Amino acid sequence: MEMRKTLYRFFGNFEKEEAWLNQMASQGLHCVDYVLCRYKFEQGAPSEYIYRIELMEKDPRSPEGMAYLEFLEEAGIEVVATHVRWVYLRKKAEQGPFDLYSDNASRIKHYRRILRLLLPIGGLNFFFGIGILHNWQPINLLNLGASFLLAIPAWSYYQRIMQLEKESEIRE
Amino acid sequence: MPPDEQGALTEAVFYILLALHEPLHGYGIMQGVQELTKGRVNLGPGTLYGALSSLVEKGWITALDDASNSRRKEYQITASGEQVFQAELQRLEELLTHASLIAGGKWK
Repeated sequence: MEMRKTLYRFFGNFEKEEAWLNQMASQGLHCVDYVLCRYKFEQGAPSEYIYRIELMEKDPRSPEGMAYLEFLEEAGIEVVATHVRWVYLRKKAEQGPFDLYSDNASRIKHYRRILRLLLPIGGLNFFFGIGILHNWQPINLLNLGASFLLAIPAWSYYQRIMQLEKESEIRE
Repeated sequence: MPPDEQGALTEAVFYILLALHEPLHGYGIMQGVQELTKGRVNLGPGTLYGALSSLVEKGWITALDDASNSRRKEYQITASGEQVFQAELQRLEELLTHASLIAGGKWK
């Protein structure tokens, strides 16, 4: 009998989310779908899959986005779910290590892409939150909260970029 | 070659150009490079995809038209790609010559 499980989680940081999916996979719970904080799992062999999450350059439904996903599928990578420009991927662990990026330049590019997505949203929420753009109401505290919630992962990505750029002065 | 194209190639670009001395699709490049380097160089699919589009844009490699199997796009090195690759080999040879000159005959 196939066991299924649905869990609800919110992650601000995709690397923490990725780590959680891999930790679930190590217990034999493999994510098969994601829709807005809802994760569906199927029971399988422990550590059967390795999970990765990526913010794509293009929309997954655009021709360029679809071409990229087809390219990944050729390499034995399965598309578990897409959410806006985010894509949830997995690959059988028996096929060897699975990392989307193999040099610092492309890792930096990915973090920058995420920051370019987060900063405008975070900034807008911050300005709403402090009431610069309109008459402030207590409900706008939610905006302020959201901007801080976005600032935490943004700061961590920024730190990673700085670290990788420093490393790039010495090696690729 | 313009001055900004005289720098070292990245290891990913070097091995992509080397692998594309025969027509290969993306996954074939990854496998070929992995075998050749005995698992030392594992090109990430995200890194590879980005590098392939940059190299096509530069005209160093070209996507081959293959109507029979259009899903698996094959690539091959171009004449200008070959020129860049040969220049890189010369640069690498110079590095090794200098290394053996100063750091000993280990490289001979």
